[in-house]
Amino acid sequence: MVNIENLHKRFNKNIVLSGVDLNITEGGIFAILGPNGSGKTTLIKSILGMVIPNKGTINVLGENIKNSSNYRHKIDYLPQIANFPNNLKVKELIKMIKDLRGDTNEDERLIELFTLHPFLDKKLGNLSGGTKQKVNLVLTFMFDSPLIILDEPTTGLDPISLIRLKDLIQTEKAKGKTILITSHIMSFVEEVSDEIVFLLEGQIYFRGSISELKNKTNQPDFEHAIASILTENNA
Amino acid sequence: MLKILKYSFFDLMRSRWSYVYFAFYLLLGIVLLFLNNDLSKAVITLMNVIIVLVPLIGTIFGVMYYYNSKEFTELLLAQPLKRSSIFLGQYLGVAISLSMSLILGLGIPFIAYGLFKSNAIWDFYLLLITGTFLTLIFTALAFNIALTNENKIKGFGYAILLWLFLAIIYDGLFLMSLVLFEDYPLDKLSLIGTMLNPIDLSRTLILLKLDISALLGYTGAVFKKFFGTNFGLIISFVMLVIWVILPVLRIVLKSKKKDF
Repeated sequence: MVNIENLHKRFNKNIVLSGVDLNITEGGIFAILGPNGSGKTTLIKSILGMVIPNKGTINVLGENIKNSSNYRHKIDYLPQIANFPNNLKVKELIKMIKDLRGDTNEDERLIELFTLHPFLDKKLGNLSGGTKQKVNLVLTFMFDSPLIILDEPTTGLDPISLIRLKDLIQTEKAKGKTILITSHIMSFVEEVSDEIVFLLEGQIYFRGSISELKNKTNQPDFEHAIASILTENNA
Repeated sequence: MLKILKYSFFDLMRSRWSYVYFAFYLLLGIVLLFLNNDLSKAVITLMNVIIVLVPLIGTIFGVMYYYNSKEFTELLLAQPLKRSSIFLGQYLGVAISLSMSLILGLGIPFIAYGLFKSNAIWDFYLLLITGTFLTLIFTALAFNIALTNENKIKGFGYAILLWLFLAIIYDGLFLMSLVLFEDYPLDKLSLIGTMLNPIDLSRTLILLKLDISALLGYTGAVFKKFFGTNFGLIISFVMLVIWVILPVLRIVLKSKKKDF
């Protein structure tokens, strides 16, 4: 699905990724974890082609992504902070993205699911953080792509929406899709993910299931296992 | 690219500033025509205004639009769109909407005054064409500055400096060098000096067309002597086109390598 080889990226003198090798197979939910500044978002943005790597190759669905843009038809991406053009109405934004990516009818169902009807005619600049995140989710899930990338999907969501999000993720997984998630909410990660990838100082420190991580660190629960990695490495 | 162009264009057309800009030219056109009562004099006054103001508005608008639509750009970057079409679309959206404000704002009062019956129509066309060129050039330069500088304040600073340099300081330096080296033959130097500044180039172009020797100045005279009126016009146009192409090329190249 996604194949990354020897990925290097630095911003000026700040080395963010130094030799990441990652092979993500088809189907399942993968969580990308790591402390702040460990390169999670940079890794995701490299897959999306928003960040240009200094070195290394990335293949998405067997296609080298360098200088290509068409492969993004096969990716649904949820950006970290919902930064939308402020003077656009919710309705207009949805219409615009549909115009750019192709038509879909899923948006109606998703708007219903997140009860966004009252906000359709409001400008994005006037929405609360949580509502913006819901709009963000609608934009991401309304297309039927084999790869879904979610950067901090839970930010700002109320408990009901969170439950709906989890359901949504599980339905997509049942369709055989591959889902990449980053999150700092460990309970959320533990609940949804099949496999975790732990980034530390620009490299992959651990990759495997949650139970393997618990065994490796000799910790009874997931949150402590993560914490022990961080304290051991002074991160 | 056309889709992005469409969205940027309509986004700008809805913004208040396009109307302010449009209204300004409308007012300027009306006032000049009815105070001057002479079409060709009005064209000369307009030239003096346009040559300074259009670059300023193009630069400021370009930089402002780029920084303000950062979120929009990031949203677009995650979509299956080519980077070059995103940035060229936005650039053309800004440049075209600014040019429209200029053309309509000045065109309406002049048509109302009876431009089509007058001999000054070609001079007026030339004025609008040069104004459009200057918009294209300075918006492209502004996008270049904004793409290179993440910091908004720095970006604005450089943009203003660029305008100040090309609109005012350049002329001063140019004049000083002419005075300083007056003992030497300066034809070539002054020709090259004019070509390297799109504002000077536009001024020479319009004055050549208007054929007002008194206003031509040294460079204009050299231009005329060197190329003759028609050839001079063509050369100036070619240079203006180059002035558009080079910054646009850099937008494409720079945007390909940038991280977001």
